[in-house]
Amino acid sequence: MSTFPVFPILTLLIVLGLAPALPGIANRTKSALTGRRGAPVMQLYADLAKLWRKGVVYSRTTTLVFRLAPVVLLSTTLLAACLLPLDGQAAILGFPGDLVAFAGLFGLGRFSLVVAAMDTGSSFEGMGASREVTVAAFAEPALFLCFTVLVLATGQLQLDGMFGLPLAAAWPLAAPSLVLAAVSLFIVTLAETCRVPVDDPLTHLELTMIHEVMVLDHSGPDLALILYAGGLKMALFGCLIVGVLAPRAHQSRAVALAELVLGLGLVAVAIGAVESAMARLRMNRVPQLLVAASALAGFALILLLR
Amino acid sequence: MQPVHDVLLLLVVLTNFWVLGTTRLSATIRATAVQGALLAGLPLALYPGLSPHILGLAVGTFAVKAVLLPVLLSRAIREAAVRREIEPLIGFAPSMLLGALAVALAFSIAPRLPLPELRTHVLVPVALSTVVIGLLVLTTRSKALTQVVGYLILENGIYVFGLSQVERVPFLVEVGVLLDIFVGVFIMGIVVFHINREFDSLDSARLTELRD
Repeated sequence: MSTFPVFPILTLLIVLGLAPALPGIANRTKSALTGRRGAPVMQLYADLAKLWRKGVVYSRTTTLVFRLAPVVLLSTTLLAACLLPLDGQAAILGFPGDLVAFAGLFGLGRFSLVVAAMDTGSSFEGMGASREVTVAAFAEPALFLCFTVLVLATGQLQLDGMFGLPLAAAWPLAAPSLVLAAVSLFIVTLAETCRVPVDDPLTHLELTMIHEVMVLDHSGPDLALILYAGGLKMALFGCLIVGVLAPRAHQSRAVALAELVLGLGLVAVAIGAVESAMARLRMNRVPQLLVAASALAGFALILLLR
Repeated sequence: MQPVHDVLLLLVVLTNFWVLGTTRLSATIRATAVQGALLAGLPLALYPGLSPHILGLAVGTFAVKAVLLPVLLSRAIREAAVRREIEPLIGFAPSMLLGALAVALAFSIAPRLPLPELRTHVLVPVALSTVVIGLLVLTTRSKALTQVVGYLILENGIYVFGLSQVERVPFLVEVGVLLDIFVGVFIMGIVVFHINREFDSLDSARLTELRD
């Protein structure tokens, strides 16, 4: 890339600013649909500001691993954000095969969090870590199958090129495959962002928590980093879904950006609607849901191959 | 854009996955009802221009597969008071993977079959995979009622295959087939009811305990 990527960076900054609002929108939708008023949409901003001003408490059993985890988590998520063409036109970074790096960066972030949870020596956190890894092991094949569908539909191995003009050109030919891939991506999003059919972000019973239990020992700015990375992860997966469903390469940057913001809002509303429509799945049913997501993506793949 | 009949056929495959993945018997019955409605729409989408033959086929299919049989099956689960499939021979996630495999195989085999000219190249693979998935449900689920659903899905696959030849098959044959299925499911419903009364369960594995 020869010129300085002004617009991608601008888009990234906007997404970074909006990210904490997404869990707020999801929770607000859930409250509205169940007849409650609920926390304000901007709640996470306030939480982050509060946590940022607090001090940090480290357990004496923890080591450097525990202190590094939030930083690693946030930096890997930020790097992944740089790889994704957020406004559907251009990414900040990009190289052929960067979609593997995209998934790998999330994997690395999760690994750091899991290792930190083990580092505390708490049996509950170890249990949460084990569950998180189990869920991830089933979510990742689905994610890669979705990527394979996109690669086959567009003939591009780079996220940057994939979401550009080739995807818009692929739509008339491969519409069913792309819709199936988007649905599959949505299920993966629910799993990756620890939302209801897989994990409940609001539960505070150690026996049933997955993601939340892993971060029990983090406090202050560390916890703020983790919460912010969670919001950003939801935004990035939202960008993926919006990118698949609404290719925007041929539009002006302002329209593309407006569509992105609208799309992210809709994804958050959809997450909230799913949360209020269904109960959380039993732990042994979660892999089944994710296998279903893989089967959907696999079916999309078969339709492309025929 | 994708023609309507292709979209309908894809939805048929998705309802197959729905049956494979759900534990609730009422949901499997709902899935077969949806599949029946989709199948009723198929002849209309495949052969536009409303001939009485096609129209009769669509109406008959809808009446039997989307309304009559689901109602019959729902009544059977209400009387037998079973709600879920507890222990299938092959678990839900593996059976879904097997279903995906069946779809993949069907799509790879179908182009090699010597067939007459067809309206759409999705028809035959969808028919084949529906038959295989029906067989999978029929053989691996332990509740007699899910097995009936498996039989229905299997038959739906054959129906989809038959759609390729609609213009050459007389209407009477198709009506006869529909009637056969109806009677078959009717008898199965009665059998299910009796199994339930004798054994207090719909678990067909228990039938091996039959002695005099």
